[in-house]
Amino acid sequence: MTLDSGALAEATTKEPPAHRAGKIPLSEGKKAERRLGLWLCAPAAIIMVAVTAYPIIYAIWLSLQRYDLRFPAEREFAGLSNYGAVLSSGYWWQAFLITVIITVVSVAIEFVLGLALALVMHRTIVGRGLTRTVVLIPYGIVTVVAAFSWQFAWTPDKGYLAAMLSDGSAPLTGQTSAIAIIILAEVWKTTPFMALLLMAGLALVPDDLLKAAQVDGAGPWQRLTQIILPMMKPAILVALLFRTLDAFRVFDNIYILTQGSNGTGSVSMLGYDNLFKAFNLGIGSAISVLIFIAVALIALLFIKLFGASAPGSEPAGKR
Amino acid sequence: MGKPLATRRHGIGRFRALAVGGAALLAAATIAGCGGAAAGPPVLNFYTPADGAKQYAAAAAACTQQAGGTYSIVQQTLPKSADDQRLQLARRLVAGDPAVDIMGIDVTWTAEFAAAGWLEKFPADQAAQVEQGTLQGPLDTGTWQNDLWAAPLNTNTQILWYRKDLSPNPPKTWDDMISQAEALANKGLPAAIEVQGAQYEGITVWFNTLLTSAGGQVVNEKGDVLIDQGDAAKKAVTIMQRVATAKGADPSLSVAKENDGRLAMEAGEAAFQINYPFVYASINTPPPDGGGGGTFIDAQGKPTSQDTGKRVIDEFAWAPYPSVDPGKPATVTIGGLNLGVSSTSLHKDLAFEAVQCLRNRDNQLVNATEGGVPPTLEALYSDPSFQQKYPAWQAIKESLDNASVRPKTPAYQSISIVISDALNPPGDIDPNTVVAGLADQIRRAENSEGLVP
Repeated sequence: MTLDSGALAEATTKEPPAHRAGKIPLSEGKKAERRLGLWLCAPAAIIMVAVTAYPIIYAIWLSLQRYDLRFPAEREFAGLSNYGAVLSSGYWWQAFLITVIITVVSVAIEFVLGLALALVMHRTIVGRGLTRTVVLIPYGIVTVVAAFSWQFAWTPDKGYLAAMLSDGSAPLTGQTSAIAIIILAEVWKTTPFMALLLMAGLALVPDDLLKAAQVDGAGPWQRLTQIILPMMKPAILVALLFRTLDAFRVFDNIYILTQGSNGTGSVSMLGYDNLFKAFNLGIGSAISVLIFIAVALIALLFIKLFGASAPGSEPAGKR
Repeated sequence: MGKPLATRRHGIGRFRALAVGGAALLAAATIAGCGGAAAGPPVLNFYTPADGAKQYAAAAAACTQQAGGTYSIVQQTLPKSADDQRLQLARRLVAGDPAVDIMGIDVTWTAEFAAAGWLEKFPADQAAQVEQGTLQGPLDTGTWQNDLWAAPLNTNTQILWYRKDLSPNPPKTWDDMISQAEALANKGLPAAIEVQGAQYEGITVWFNTLLTSAGGQVVNEKGDVLIDQGDAAKKAVTIMQRVATAKGADPSLSVAKENDGRLAMEAGEAAFQINYPFVYASINTPPPDGGGGGTFIDAQGKPTSQDTGKRVIDEFAWAPYPSVDPGKPATVTIGGLNLGVSSTSLHKDLAFEAVQCLRNRDNQLVNATEGGVPPTLEALYSDPSFQQKYPAWQAIKESLDNASVRPKTPAYQSISIVISDALNPPGDIDPNTVVAGLADQIRRAENSEGLVP
């Protein structure tokens, strides 16, 4: 750990000169100011390294070993064989497929509903604060608590939602119906988050522009697709990216609703089961690292797709 | 430069407060953990499942009394679910928690905990004391590679519960039971065979009983996978598939656990039930805690809401677990709780002594009559107070005498998950192909190479 933080401190001190290459050399005062800035940042950076970089590196290190708590004597370096075991396993691909289905469907529904909610919240004149608060309530409820209420609602004999179905149906015990319920719980829970992010994006659209378009004869649909959505692109990227990453790591809803039975397990559930039920640190860590890579790839894909409107790229940031 | 100094001083003050607080917390934790090392006898922490915690705490108090100041036992409650108990114990043990002394561990964890180095082997004299008068089956669950790692505290076994009116001659074999059930279904009478078919440990237990009854074995103690040797496994899965698809079978068998079977029986929908002795106590307990004798049944045996003066309990009876091969008694997979001494304990000798006390005759009897779990000391089965509480004691004892244990391997948990995943839903089993695939996955699990679903 000391090594890591040392390396980071070195990296942080080295970085600024690289940025300044080719620019006018700074005055002594400026340099001192910059040094002070680095010193002030250092504690935060070191804590970040301690709490995020260290576990990540440790997980990668574990994933390269044959390490099962039940066979402590057989711990050894195993190279990439854990990754081979995971990637050649039907369980992984099954969980991966389920995760992708849950992610794509829930994020798509959330985007449409979230945009609608955002437009409503943006336009509301009376009781604006109240509307926004009400819409945000689901997001304020702890996921596990919400998942438990969904579970009870869908349990035959107990739940009000299960009571509306035909007698003897137990929706949480079938694969398709259970996944639909998981998606429903996810959508209910996180649509407000999506709406909130999109609403921030709506604020970026100048009213004058919309009025001008209206004068030019653009209908509501045209205004939405030709003006509002393109101008909101950075906000949409952030909203979709956050939600996709979140949805891909879906765990709590599944853990409570089905425990991953009947083919409803996500990749995170698979990782949990291998780590905490099978005590297989090697395989479990390999799954975690693969999830990490998948998440990184998703982020990369989004930024490539949305190109210049990615957060941090200059023009979008200035607009 | 006056200002920063003041701030710094303020910072130190806060740090000091934090440090003092931290130290106080640490001290409190130490006291809680070791019971104040300075004064009084050593405290032994006894971790038990949440179910039956009251009886375990009573036993701990009784043994503290008996120890006369040599040690005191403090009962600590673990979660309700077995998976959570195992995880919490594992976390403490991997971290080397010295405050774990005695652990109540499930019979299936012995090999795993022993191989991982979390259990202290029973010394020869202590082991001899445990072996004396203890039933062979339960004793076997605490043994791994010829050493005793855990002392059986209580056990559990399944027998056949059935309806006398629907089945005057209780089935001796599974074939017989399936054909009786189908005949009942053809007459429009309750015909369900209730057994644990959900995707969890219960279906593994069902499979293991059928497999060993047919003369098979999943894995031996050396770790050789034997499931695909001979035709025992095929016989077992064929029975499971037939039970699930027989005419009149419970449509929700694929999600049925112990309690679902009990409820179906009490509701008058089932003719047969494979279950633990708690179903007898339950049907005799008034609602809402129990079935209150079950629903009313009419002259034919069908459940009815009319007060016919006859309830399910009037026809409720028990018989030995049906066998797979005629004439060969079934070898029923046993459950239960064993007591082990943690390798991280600071007072191992005292802990072994305490284990002997916690599982002595008196404490086992309380456990059996109040906790509802059969004892592991053979002598208690002839005790009148036990027999009164367990009218089915003869069937239970017989079942325990023919007990089979679940595969004794450190990888048991993974193997069980693989089995329950492959055999659920039981109605979809293809007896011709499932065994080969299962053998392959169990081999991988045994080598901790494969994933668990």
